[in-house]
Amino acid sequence: MHPLRRRKLSVIIGILLLVALAAGLVLYALRQNISLFYTPSQIMAGSVPTLNAIRVGGVVVKGSIQRDPNSLDVQFKLTDYAQTVTIKYQGVLPDLFREEQGVIAQGTLQDDLSFQATQVLAKHDENYMPPEVKASLQPKLLEKVSLPTRLPPNSLADVPRPDHGIQGTRSVVAEKLTS
Amino acid sequence: MMAELGVYALVWALLFSLLLVLVPVWGIYTKNATWMNAATTYVTGQLIFIGLAYGCLCGCFLQNDFTVVYVLANSSLHLPWFYKLCAVWGGHEGSMLLWVLILAFWTSAVAWASPHLDRDIRVRVLVVLGALSAGFIVFILMTSNPFVRQFVLTQTEGRDLNPLLQDIGFLFHPPMLYMGYVGFAVAFAFAIAVLWLGRLETKWAKSLRPWTMAAWCCLTLGITLGSWWAYRELGWGGWWFWDPVENASFMPWLVGTALIHALILVEKRNQFVAWTLLLAITGFSLSLVGTFLVRSGVLTSVHAFAVDPLRGLYILMFLGVVIGGSLLLFAWRAQTVVQHRLPDWVSRESAMLLNNIFLVVMMLTVLLGTVYPLVIDGLGLGKLSVGAPYFNQVFTALSTPLLLLMAFGLHVNWQRDSFLGVLRKLGWVFGLGLLCPLLCLVSVHYPLYPMTCLGAVLATWVMFSTLEKVRQRLLLSKTAKKINGAFLGMVIAHFGFSVTALGIIISNSYGIEDDLKMTPGEHTLFAGYDIQFLQEASIRGPNYHGTRSSFLITQGQHQATIYPEKRIYDVGKMPMTESAIDVNPVRDIYIAMGEPLDATAWSIRLYYKPFVRWIWAGGLMMFIGGCFGLSDRRFYRKEAA
Repeated sequence: MHPLRRRKLSVIIGILLLVALAAGLVLYALRQNISLFYTPSQIMAGSVPTLNAIRVGGVVVKGSIQRDPNSLDVQFKLTDYAQTVTIKYQGVLPDLFREEQGVIAQGTLQDDLSFQATQVLAKHDENYMPPEVKASLQPKLLEKVSLPTRLPPNSLADVPRPDHGIQGTRSVVAEKLTS
Repeated sequence: MMAELGVYALVWALLFSLLLVLVPVWGIYTKNATWMNAATTYVTGQLIFIGLAYGCLCGCFLQNDFTVVYVLANSSLHLPWFYKLCAVWGGHEGSMLLWVLILAFWTSAVAWASPHLDRDIRVRVLVVLGALSAGFIVFILMTSNPFVRQFVLTQTEGRDLNPLLQDIGFLFHPPMLYMGYVGFAVAFAFAIAVLWLGRLETKWAKSLRPWTMAAWCCLTLGITLGSWWAYRELGWGGWWFWDPVENASFMPWLVGTALIHALILVEKRNQFVAWTLLLAITGFSLSLVGTFLVRSGVLTSVHAFAVDPLRGLYILMFLGVVIGGSLLLFAWRAQTVVQHRLPDWVSRESAMLLNNIFLVVMMLTVLLGTVYPLVIDGLGLGKLSVGAPYFNQVFTALSTPLLLLMAFGLHVNWQRDSFLGVLRKLGWVFGLGLLCPLLCLVSVHYPLYPMTCLGAVLATWVMFSTLEKVRQRLLLSKTAKKINGAFLGMVIAHFGFSVTALGIIISNSYGIEDDLKMTPGEHTLFAGYDIQFLQEASIRGPNYHGTRSSFLITQGQHQATIYPEKRIYDVGKMPMTESAIDVNPVRDIYIAMGEPLDATAWSIRLYYKPFVRWIWAGGLMMFIGGCFGLSDRRFYRKEAA
């Protein structure tokens, strides 16, 4: 073979090897760190594996938040208005976490079908509903419970911001802040 | 009145950008110099009218004109004036307008500041930029007009700017980021112009270098500011979350860094021309994907397309035309600029090529992690998310060889060198670089994790190897003449990179985090510091009220009091955590208030973060290095033909 060609070939093989190595690494890392999203109904149906890290999303049931008086352990229920799953968490909850708000919990499912969360996500602003949660709720239910939904910024329907009043955990915050 | 003026100005700007495309193109094909030169005039007109439109939107905000929907959604009566000006780009529509304004700015900069550039290239560059601008203005006018009015709601105080965005970090972060994003449009336009012209010459690479460098500087600073903002404002002590929004800014940065290095190869050795052009196209394509997908909310959900089908369709079409078109052009014309020469295995060229490959592979892994959930969702295969550990694992694995390459590559000669020769040159660097970090870690009684040690040693190698390069340069030339702007810039930027790497490695390995329940008066021992919750008090700001608490941090002689806050913003009733940090160069103590637990107790989150400041210090150094690189006079001298 022409020496230049041979060099070129070895360069190309070298690059391909490197890319293949990287691809292998990526696939390995990806397999380890993907968390699938499930709804409370899917979990209660028992079709969800208990070993892997997964995400579960739903609306926090009113009056279901229980705090341990001596530690930061907290427990609450998530619902998709068909089934309800109990979430256990230890630590500080995000600012926007409160009753009747759509949240996502990341963690592992226990054998007793309760969910041990390592992370609780309630994001962005109070009108925000995590897209997965929104999609998992039936449209009729969405209307019935008048859940806050996100509308395109330009639509006029978006303008009057519903006054939810102070409720749930926030009322505790609010009382504390005004006193 | 002002809003209507803004729309008219936008229409005029569209007209100018269309003229900027049509007239010079006509000039190019009829070889009419007057028509080609007209480009500069249209560029100026375009800048003036887009500036006017942007000024009008600012005016609407300052006047609290709540009949403009965009103002209503992003501002309120009691927002301080400087946040009102920030709120202009706080939402999708305004940020698109800022995008176009910055594009017009860069276009004018190219038109005015590159008199030595070959006219054939220059006009083509301006035409490509004009076409991009036209595409964006049409998008704004059709689907994202920030000047739309409403007359339903008249008695209102506005819905306020998202409290997360009411922060100094936000004053500078988005404009800087956009300067960077959009700056890559210049590199893109150069690539398209070169392919369009199909003529092989290397002068364009030299002209393009300062533009790429400028854009890269802005992007570096923007990302650094963003990371700093997230650290303080999001409340949970992280400085990088591998969020799609962050990834969208990081991918162009990786490609931009590769491009800066590749351009050196093209200019000095006239090699890898086609690869460089492809990088320029890729970098801007990623910026485009980033802006569109992030700002339009598509990345958070594919359903966003369903919410506003016109916007989604336009975005897809625009991306298809720009990215697909330029890649097609590349495939068709790249043959004309390819040169068949290969460097030796051990040579500076090979080192730079390898650096490019690593950076591009890094970019691809980020891209994969970001779009994978979207693709799976789009195919209806379920919903999933790719966690931060994926990115962390991949980046640890990829940046280890990259650091090694950096330490080596700097000392390899052009064209041909011997591996052993380089090793001999770097003997003391590797010896000292092995000892220093390990001794430091042992002396502060940190446990020695293998990966941490490896990372710290490699980062130190880069640091010392860069210093060694400076020493050699000084010895070699005796005078300081050889230390030009480009060299100094390279040194500072490389040094900055190793500083950032060291910050990341140390803070990730030795950071401590704790959630506690605390009542005023209570003490706790945390990471060797005595932390006392002193008291809490209510506060009232211009558009919020809340609680401020004070914490006393004591260790030996060191004493500091910091004041974390919990705010509730009046308009949205949105609670917000304002963390407080006791800062020194080698560690942060970070305290954030969680929620009230009972009558007096709060949940409190504590962080001890060693070396975390180094992450941003390094980013700042990379930015400064880039600025030095920009100041190199070689870029601005007229070429003796």
